[in-house]
This record gives sequence, C-alpha cells and structure tokens, in this order.
Amino acid sequence: MTVALVFVSHSADVARGVVEITRQMAGAVPLEAAGGTDEDGIGTSFDRVEGAVHRALSASDGSGVVVLCDLGSAVLTSETVLDVLDDDERELVRIADAPLVEGAVVAGVAAQQGQDLAAVVAAAEGAWGRAAPADAPAPPEPASDTTAVAGSDAAGDATHDDGTVVRTVRVVNEMGVHARPAAELVKTASTFDADITVGGANAKSILAVVALGSKRGDELEVRASGADAAAAVDAVAGLIESGFGED
Amino acid sequence: MALGTAWAVDWTRRAAALVEEHKQELTHLDRDIGDGDHGENLDRGFRAVVAKLDASAADATPGDVLKLVATTLISTVGGAAGPLYGTAFLKGSTAIKGLDELDGAAIVAFLTAARDGIVLRGKAEPGDKTMIDAWTPAVDAAAAAGDDPVAALRAAADAAAAGAVATEPLVARKGRASYLGERSAGHRDPGAQSTAYILEAAAAAAEANA
Repeated sequence: MTVALVFVSHSADVARGVVEITRQMAGAVPLEAAGGTDEDGIGTSFDRVEGAVHRALSASDGSGVVVLCDLGSAVLTSETVLDVLDDDERELVRIADAPLVEGAVVAGVAAQQGQDLAAVVAAAEGAWGRAAPADAPAPPEPASDTTAVAGSDAAGDATHDDGTVVRTVRVVNEMGVHARPAAELVKTASTFDADITVGGANAKSILAVVALGSKRGDELEVRASGADAAAAVDAVAGLIESGFGED
Repeated sequence: MALGTAWAVDWTRRAAALVEEHKQELTHLDRDIGDGDHGENLDRGFRAVVAKLDASAADATPGDVLKLVATTLISTVGGAAGPLYGTAFLKGSTAIKGLDELDGAAIVAFLTAARDGIVLRGKAEPGDKTMIDAWTPAVDAAAAAGDDPVAALRAAADAAAAGAVATEPLVARKGRASYLGERSAGHRDPGAQSTAYILEAAAAAAEANA
C-alpha cells in the first residue's frame, strides 16, 4: 500500500483539479480532495479536511498521509484537524510545506514509487525549487550551427568549446517518458553538478520532463554543461537508451 | 466576586451581537488588506454558536460553554479566524476546566492560554499586525488588574481596543495581508479589531452579571 495524499484548497474545484492532475502520474495512490467551505464557497472546512484525512488514513493502511495546502487558513485548519486526531493517527500524518500543484505531482510520483512517508514529504517540499525561480541558472542555450565543435568522442558526443556536451538518443520503451521514467531521469540528473536539458527541458524538473510527453521513437537531445557534463550526458542518455528498464 | 456559567453564556451572546453589528466594518477592514471575508465568516461562526447554546447542558461549567464556542467556530467559520479563535477558546477552556466560578486568576489563566493558543496556531509575534497585537496587551492588562475578574476583563477589553488601533501603522508580516508588504501599513488589522469586540463583549457581560 502507498502513502496517501490530501489536497486542501480554498476552492473545491482547485482541490478536485489537483486530484485529476496528480491521478495521471499516480494511478495507484489514494488521493483526497478537501476544498472549499461546507457550502462550496471559497474557504476551508474543518469537517471536509477531517473527513479527507480519515479516509486517506484508512486507504493508506499504515503507510501514512501527506497533506498539501494552498494558503494560510488551509494550513491552520489542517493543523487543527491534526490536533484532534488520536496520537497513533497523528504520527502517520504530515503537512508538507510545498506548493500545492507542483508538490502534489512530485509527491504523487514518489508515493507511486512506493517511497515512505518521510521521503514523500521531502519530495513535496523539494518542489519549491522546481518552479524555477527567477534567479535560477538558465539551462544551457542550444548551440547555434556556428559554434565550434572541439571534437567528438566514441559515443558520438559533440563537445563544444564552452564545455557543453551534447548527445542525441532515441526513446525505445513502449510507454515513452511517462511518470516513472521521468522521475527516474530527474533522480539521475540531480546527482550531477551540471546544467542538463533533455529535449530542451530542464532535466532536474519532473514537471518539465513529463511535459515533454516523449513517446517511443522520439529523438531527444541530451545537453549538459558544467563540471560533470560528460558524465551527466553518459548517465542520462544511457538511461533513456536502456528503456528505463521497461520493454 | 466570581463569574460563572451565566457570564460565559452572556459573553457568547454579546460577542455574537457585536460581531453581527460590526460585520460590514470587519469585512471592509479585511477587504483593504486581506480577502474580505472576515466579517461574514465570523458572523456565520457566532450565529452557529448561539444556535447551539440553547441545547447546552443545564449543569455546564463556564469551560464547557467556551469549549462549545471553540468547536463550533472551528467547524463553521471557514477562514483563518476559525482555527485561530477556535484554538484560543479551546486552550482557554482547558485552562479553566472543571471550575464553576472564575476569579481574577482564572480569567487571567483563560486569557493567557487563549493567547498562547493563537500564537501556537498562527505563529505570529507581537508587531506582526495580527490579532496577537490585541491579545497580548489584553493579557498583560488583565494580569496587572488584580484579582477582581470584572476589573480584569474590563482592563483586557480596553487594552485590546487600543491594541487594535495600534496595528494601523504596522506592516503585516503574517497572514494574507503580508502579501501586500508595505502597502498593508495605514490599515487596521481586522483580526485585532474583532478581538477587541469579542473581549469588549466579555467585559460587558461581566459588568452585567457581577
């Protein structure tokens, strides 16, 4: 059984929408929407949050529950719900300090992979950085045709004068780069000290990689710059070419 | 001189009446620097409390009445004021649990626990332009007022009213108003103002039931 997620929003529609978005990535994860007031107005409902947490607790079967919130009173109401839970239940519920939509998707993927409660919370809370704040380093620019190519190695990588390494690979697995492979790709990319893009998308952002919607047979350009550029391209390109361990 | 269940019930009714009377004003204050629902939300909550008061047990203690206020506000307000005031009344009622009569010390214990509950829930400090800026001077004034519960509540109410006015020049550091940054200055905090009304109701009920 997996960790379950509860989405608390001021809007019933937003909470339900977040369930829909997350469902695409996390089909096996119990998801509960707790949005709006008891009359479906804008606000939060103690009873709706309490009910959602209880349903999530029973669905998660001991794995635990992560609550994601949109704004102030959603957090306050969720904390108040935790206050009235039994001690053994409260131990299994965490309120993540994460952006609602991005956090939900990232947490959903982590839960789908069978990660434990602490790991799902950590994944959600790591989503702040994925929204690419304005001061984030820009991904490497695609090199223009006039960029001098300093050489190419046995793997066919083009290495540009500025240290950017580029390799084009083909997606081989039946399902393409869906949630699980995207999560794996991001996990791999995140271990390298390099700016990496796949098909122009930031390889360290699960949302960006999933948004590519790459299918079997698509060509993807893996491009990296920075200290680990060559190793990063090896690892990420290799992962794509291996089919992510799928058929 | 001590305050009993009649005072707690009367406080609740007067608080509901004051909130209803000032609903528009609270909503306007909240529209200036928040999401504009404070008056409506609080009025909905206190209406629900009053509806439940009649059904409360005949042998209820003041703490029982104020706990009913807490749980009802938590489940009916729908905005941040629900968990904040709800936690305040919940922690306050726990501090006077089992007492039939409240002396000055019990009133101070109630107010202190209520304020601490709001700090715990909202994580705001004095000067953040929140209801804490009305609660903290109220607790201090009540503690300094000696052991007469009526005098303690009157001192608390007056200090809360002054505290609400004193939020006007502040820049908000918590809640929805903090999104406005410097532009939140020049407006009174709606939560501090509703705190002033709720504590005014407590003092008026004490003076009427003394």
